[in-house]
Parts: sequence; structure tokens; C-alpha cells
Amino acid sequence: MSEAQPPAAAEGIRAGLGSLRRRVASGDVGSLPVILGLVLIWAVFQYLNPNFLSPRNLTNLTVQITDIGIVSTGIVLVLLLGEIDLSVGSVYGLGSAVMAVLSVKNGWPAAPAIAAGVLTGTAIGTFHGFFFTRFRIPSFVVTLAGLLAWFGAQLHVLGETGTLNIYDPSIDQLAGRFFAPTVGWVLAGVVVVVLGVDLFIRRRRRAAAGLPPIGLLGDVAKFVVIAAVVFGATAVLAGDRGVPLALLILLGFIVGFDIITTRTPFGRHIFAVGGNAEAARRAGISVNGIRIAVFAVSGTMAAAGGVMGASRLFAVNYSSGTGDILLNAIAAAVIGGTSLFGGRGTVWSALTGALVIGSINNGLALLSVAADIKYMITGGVLLAAVTIDAVARQGRQRAGV
Amino acid sequence: MRRARFRGESSQLERQPLLQLRGISKAFGAVQALSNVDFEVYPGEVVALVGDNGAGKSTLIKVMAGIYIPDSGEIWFEGRHVPVHGPRDSAALGIATVYQDLALCDNLDVVANLYLGREEVARPALLISEERMEFRAREVLKSLDVKIPNPRSPVAGLSGGQRQSVAVARSVMWKAKIVILDEPTAALGVQQTKQVLELVLRLRTQGLGVIVISHNLANVFEVADRIIVLRLGRRSGTFNRAESSEESVVGAITGAEFGKFKPQE
Repeated sequence: MSEAQPPAAAEGIRAGLGSLRRRVASGDVGSLPVILGLVLIWAVFQYLNPNFLSPRNLTNLTVQITDIGIVSTGIVLVLLLGEIDLSVGSVYGLGSAVMAVLSVKNGWPAAPAIAAGVLTGTAIGTFHGFFFTRFRIPSFVVTLAGLLAWFGAQLHVLGETGTLNIYDPSIDQLAGRFFAPTVGWVLAGVVVVVLGVDLFIRRRRRAAAGLPPIGLLGDVAKFVVIAAVVFGATAVLAGDRGVPLALLILLGFIVGFDIITTRTPFGRHIFAVGGNAEAARRAGISVNGIRIAVFAVSGTMAAAGGVMGASRLFAVNYSSGTGDILLNAIAAAVIGGTSLFGGRGTVWSALTGALVIGSINNGLALLSVAADIKYMITGGVLLAAVTIDAVARQGRQRAGV
Repeated sequence: MRRARFRGESSQLERQPLLQLRGISKAFGAVQALSNVDFEVYPGEVVALVGDNGAGKSTLIKVMAGIYIPDSGEIWFEGRHVPVHGPRDSAALGIATVYQDLALCDNLDVVANLYLGREEVARPALLISEERMEFRAREVLKSLDVKIPNPRSPVAGLSGGQRQSVAVARSVMWKAKIVILDEPTAALGVQQTKQVLELVLRLRTQGLGVIVISHNLANVFEVADRIIVLRLGRRSGTFNRAESSEESVVGAITGAEFGKFKPQE
């Protein structure tokens, strides 16, 4: 730090670095590892194949991750409770099957068919939550039973036809629609302005309440970084087909659930139940109500992910929702930095984690690497993420004494 | 009232008790946990409840907290006979219990813990109004002279004494008139014990009734105005701190006689 710098700024930087070091040492690593990991993965793939970071491929990547990202958003909420939902793959498949059958066989218009598919997931999630809370069966057993049963229901709903091709353009547009770059720039501008106004209003409210201000440097850095990412992503997407509707839907869910989890009493209570359920109960929080609601959200998001996946592939069949959907959705949440132990994490980890997994799948496909290597690498990344989580937890416990 | 005038001490004790238990009995099957126990705490008074293991201390505070319903006996609050049928009734009267496990969420910050289950929201969006909550949280922490560097840091990073203070501050925040502390210093070091005892004295200064359960007679003698001893489910002694010795209290706890240190009543 040179003497020439204004002392206030130097002080701010030093304080910022100090608090960062403290946070890392005490195990509060947040989304730092996943972002470093993502940069590393992108660098490696770009080195191996110069097409990896091309606008076309990155645009494909954003569309490829939307279904996993949406499912993972629900998983994050379940993990925040310290629970798990193993049924999301089957609910993904059943939700998409219900939509496809209503649309293709029964001729329903797109909107009610999609709504029916998604609400199927809501009903299933509520059912899981009810069994989990009413009979105190561990959530992984309830949802493991769900994994089997709802896959059976999916086969039953699809019937003998097996594969249903979706011809309704409104459904296909969910994953297939791109907005012109101009729309993207306008949206990016609106997002950045709203973010700036929000940061400014919060600073002013703190000042009005006579509270010590949050570090200005931190706010400015946050604003600059987010604005750079938003405009950078828009520029990349503008270089190809424009902004995919699917990405906007995913981001809409994430921003919505981020606000719900961090700024509403309901979200605060999710964290409380995940942190210390007994304390939450004594504070008068309806612990079971929160649990049922979160499982309902998880089921809803799983079915919504299924609808998105069906739209991308123009079809639903026996294998929709099977394979690695479930494991990728859980892995994405954990890789993104949401703790398996409950009470810690952010909805954004669904996006960052899905980006990591999507990048690995996409990059290895570009390199024509077969599935064997892909699964091993994804498994290794998941293990690394869980290890970071576990080590961070030990760090917290040490720091907590 | 009669007892207060009989003791003829400070004017504070002339007032009616904040909380009075009369003739409380509670049995669990064949075990008589409490037999005809009286108990009273005045505003601005620290009462220590002491006794050996199994003497009925926990049962008695759970009666006050509304967790146990006594088989017989009456609960009076501010001179009124009040029905206490459950924890909600007790909480509504302003009786707050801070148990040993503190019931804090480690992953949430101090402000969130103070407001847990009672978050303030701003209309029309119904989002949490963090600034209002943080302002009041800081006020309450300051009024109790609780030193926490940043009320926005997670509770997990606080010392045992600070955690205890946060749990106590939560009860003060929600207008408790009586705070019951169950072994508040059991797991604390010397310095942190001192912090918590100072906090107990500040609660008294603010006019609250404080009931402290403790095994540590040295701590009890530091903060308590009166010491009530339970032995085998009965009240076996009441001591004014200023006029009593540790030996006499130990005598009442164990049942041994100590000549001139005979318990009052």
C-alpha cells in the first residue's frame, strides 16, 4: 500500500482484506470457491478447445443449464432446512409427462398444460412434507419412496406410447425463444439501475436510522462486479442469437427466491429451522409449516425444471428425469456453496453450481470425451465441493468457541 | 405482603410481589417433585433458587414457565390470581426463561436472533425492515451494556458470555417482567461469568424480577438479594443475602443443622 493513496481508501481496502481473511479462516467461504473453480474450468476448456468461450457455445451452455438450475433452486431451500429431497428427478419426469399428455393427447392449450404439470409437483412436494412432518420419517426416506413411486406414475401416465413429441410451439418456445440483443441491453440496464438504487436506498435507510454505515468500498465493489457480469453476459449473448427466454426464467426464479430467503420472515425462518429447529420452535415459528412449504417449493421447482427440459428436447419419454438429473441438481446446490448441514447457503449457488456442472458436461462434449470420464470428473468436483463445506464447518466450529 | 413488612427492609420489599406461587404441589407418578411450595419475587429483585440435584428447582421453574401444570396451588401475578395453562400464558404475563441451551440459531446474526419469530416487516412489500430491527437491537444491547462488536455477525462467533447476554437481551427486548436464568454461568470462564453476573444486576436495576438457578454459591452470593432453598421438593429456607453465610445456605441445602444459622420462617 503506497503512501500516495488516500488514507481512507487504503484503510478501506485493508479492512476489506482483513474481514475477507477472517471470514475464510472462520469457515465463512460463501461462493468464493465456486467462482474460482468456474474460472479455472473455463480456462482449461478454452485452452483445450478455443470454441468453448465462443458466444455460440456459451449461449448453448446457458440454455443447457436451465432445467438443472431450476430444480437446484428448490434443492437449495431443502438443504437450507438441513433436509434432502431425492425425488426431484422423478417429479421432474412426472411433471413433464403430465404436461405432455395433456398437451399432446388431450389437446390442452400450453398454459393450462404447463400449470397442471407444475402443480403436480407442488402437490407431490406438499405430500412429502406432510409425511415427513406428520410421521417424522426422515426426509431422505420419504423422498426415496417418492423417487420410486413417482417414476412409476410417470410410466403410467405416459402409457404405451412411450415417447410424446411436443408440437405446441408455445411450449417449445420456453427453451427455444431468443430475444433480440436490444431487449437484452435494456434488461441489463434495468437490472443494474435497480441494483444501484437498492444499494443506495439501503445506505440511506441505515443513515436515517442512525446506524453505522456499511463500508462504501464493499458496496461499490459489489455494484461494479455485478454490473460487469450482467453487461458482459449480455454482450456475449448479443454476439449469438440474443437473450434466451430460458435464462430469463431461471434468473427470475433465482432472484425471486433470493429475495424470499434473505428478506422475508418466511426465508428467515427457513434459515432458523435449518440452524436450530428447537430454537425456532421455541421462538414461536411453525417449524412443520415451514418444512411443508419448502418441500412444496422443491416439488414445484422440480416439475418446472421438467417442463423446461421437455421444451428443450421437444419430447417427453420414459427416461425423462432419470439418469443424472437428481444427482446433478443436488451437486449443483452443494458445489455452489450451500451447506449440506443446513442453515447456510444462498439460492445463487443453484446458478453457479449448475454453471460448473454444465460447463464440465459441455466442455467434455466439445472434446468428444465419453460419458465415463464425464461422470468421474463431475464426481470429483462434487467431492471437492463437499470437502470444502465440511472443512469450512470445522473451521466455523473452531472459530465458534 | 405480610412477610415483606415483617422483614421490614427497604421500601422496595413493601411492594407486592411481581410473581407469587402459593402452595404449589406437583407429582410425577409416585414421585412428589414439589410439596406445598411458596415462592415470590419482587420487582427489581434477584432471587437465587438453590438446592441439590432432584430438589425440585427445574420442576418449579417449569411451573412458572407454564410447561408443567401444578396438581394444586395458585399462581399470582402483580396481585392477581392468574390462570397459567401453558407456555403461552406464561409468556403473555412477561415471564421469560433462558434455558442452559440458550435456544439461539448459530447461523443467524445477533439482530436476527433477537427478533426470531417476531421479525418486523415494512409494507407494502412485507420485506424485513432490517434497519429498524438493528436500531432497536443496538439500543437494547446498549441498555444492558452488552458489548458485541458487530450485531450483524453470526452468533456462532460469539463467546459463551456474549451468547448468554444475547439470550437475556432477547427476553428484555420483548418486555419481559421476570427473567428466569437456568444455570447461566455453568459453562463460563471467570471473565465471562463476571459479564453475566453484571448483566443480572443491570436487569435488577431496570426493575425486572430475576430468578437465577445456580449451583455456584459464590456467584449466588455476588448477585442475589434473597436465596430460596429447595430440599426434597419443599422450601427449606429463605435467606437475605446480607445477613447470611454460605454455611447456613449449605446447611439448608443438605439438611444439616447449623445452630444459630437456622433458616428463617
